Amino acid sequence: MNRRKFIERTTLATITGLIGTEIVYGLKIPRGYAPLALQDPDPFKLFGKDKEMVVLNDKPWNMEAQAHLLNDKVTPSSKMFIRNNGLIPEEIDTDSWTLTINGESVQKEKSYTLKELKSKFNTHTYQLTLECGGNGRSEFNPPAKGNQWTIGAVSCAEWTGVRLRDVLEDAGIKDDAVYIGYHAADIHLSRNPEKEPISRGAPMAKALQDETLIAFKMNGQDIPLAHGYPLRLVAGGWPASVSGKWLTEISIRNKVHDGPKMGGTSYRVPCETVAPGEKVADEDMCIIESMPVKSLITSPKTGAILKKGQKLQIKGHAWAGELEVTKMEYSIDFGSTWQSCTLEKPVNRLAWQHFSAEVSFPKKGYYEIWARATDSRGKSQPMLLPGWNPKGYLNNACHRIAVKLT
Amino acid sequence: MKNGSKLKNEFKKVFRMVVVTVIIVAVFSLLLGYLLINPKFFDNENHSPKGAVETILEKDGDEYVKIENGIHVATGFVDAPGMQETIQNCTNCHSSKLVIQNRMTKERWKTTIKWMQETQNLWDLGKNEDIIIDYLVTNYPPKEKGRRENLTNIEWYQLKD
Repeated sequence: MNRRKFIERTTLATITGLIGTEIVYGLKIPRGYAPLALQDPDPFKLFGKDKEMVVLNDKPWNMEAQAHLLNDKVTPSSKMFIRNNGLIPEEIDTDSWTLTINGESVQKEKSYTLKELKSKFNTHTYQLTLECGGNGRSEFNPPAKGNQWTIGAVSCAEWTGVRLRDVLEDAGIKDDAVYIGYHAADIHLSRNPEKEPISRGAPMAKALQDETLIAFKMNGQDIPLAHGYPLRLVAGGWPASVSGKWLTEISIRNKVHDGPKMGGTSYRVPCETVAPGEKVADEDMCIIESMPVKSLITSPKTGAILKKGQKLQIKGHAWAGELEVTKMEYSIDFGSTWQSCTLEKPVNRLAWQHFSAEVSFPKKGYYEIWARATDSRGKSQPMLLPGWNPKGYLNNACHRIAVKLT
Repeated sequence: MKNGSKLKNEFKKVFRMVVVTVIIVAVFSLLLGYLLINPKFFDNENHSPKGAVETILEKDGDEYVKIENGIHVATGFVDAPGMQETIQNCTNCHSSKLVIQNRMTKERWKTTIKWMQETQNLWDLGKNEDIIIDYLVTNYPPKEKGRRENLTNIEWYQLKD
């Protein structure tokens, strides 16, 4: 293959990956011409998202699901939230893409092509829950700054890749290693090439877990562009910002990683609880690690009208960060009484768990069905908003849907 | 007579040259003046070819000034004093959607602007800072939500057995 053809084919591959379908006669597309699909201003078509997804922001792209869209056991790409801090990389050449392991605590800096990663290390597949740290932010009072996520910034897809641990150990980890930090190919909103939109990470203990992957597939396919194509760090159960997209580098650090959005109020909450609206000094803020216990009723969609005597099947998912959910309950009387749901075990650690129940109502009227999960350490979801924090993270208050019996 | 018209032609030529020169000088000074106000004007054009994914929502021409029911169509901003300054200074880097969905007090907007200047390459807003903050707190005031709000905007539907 001559060089020109090679370049044409790689660009085409990127475009094809983006549209999610093969472009017939693709090689005949003139260079510099964007296919109609890419000119389409419709983000739903552009990213292959369900029409009922909600766009919160178009620069950078941020999009969330609604509860009833998340009914699938494994979240399909069409219903997965997008949380971008910067602009999506513009030129992705998978043949020249490399992942470099570096940092103060690497024994020998090392780079791997995608091919090398896939052939050199064993491949593993896990269903992993990824929830944005700011999911539920819109409910905080006083309001918190940022994208006003309601409930839809959570997903549990099936991720395939190699273990981060295997790659780090191949490069060699020094004894003084404390943290890993990722670097990626996304572009800062100011388009200043010196700036990174986001570069977060996790302590070594999380980095070395079996389920922490350098993933190259999502739900059996190439990772969609908006979700990190061609390579993504996936650390289930932690704020999804730890799972860096468009991954190019992992630094093994001898201190807590200090990339953009590791400090200040970003992905940090007051170490001690504070009154709503209170000012918190930088040194009194702690980095969020495991996400709290939470659940969602994904069926039926809120607003169902039933006939008196009709029973209602409810379904949903529950998750608890690093922990397992051990109890799932629902209430139709605003928490006065709770009934238990059938709760499945997770398919693997860090995957969300499915619940179901059959609900009957005593008489006609307006009801709310509230769902409450409890984790393996006995912590339950609060019915009211949990502790206020400056950026509105970790809202795990009970989800509820409205139902009427006529 | 012949000499007269020749002279007239020459005069016309000189006059045209003067007019063209004046126009060129005027255009350049305007451009230079604009660059002084907005030194970032050329940055995007020259150094960063934009990709299809991120540019598709950019609007131009008539689309950009259209106001419908008191809302600026291209950005969704409420048409009120301070809107132009807000558009010019706040939507270069991020979407207007990010501004509109946030509800902050004067003090918290100040903190947010400072954060953007320290970490996100936002420039000094000068006298526009107060104009923008006034626009935001007037048109997008914080709303008291309490500890948990009622469910709203429920679309009722009959559920089949």
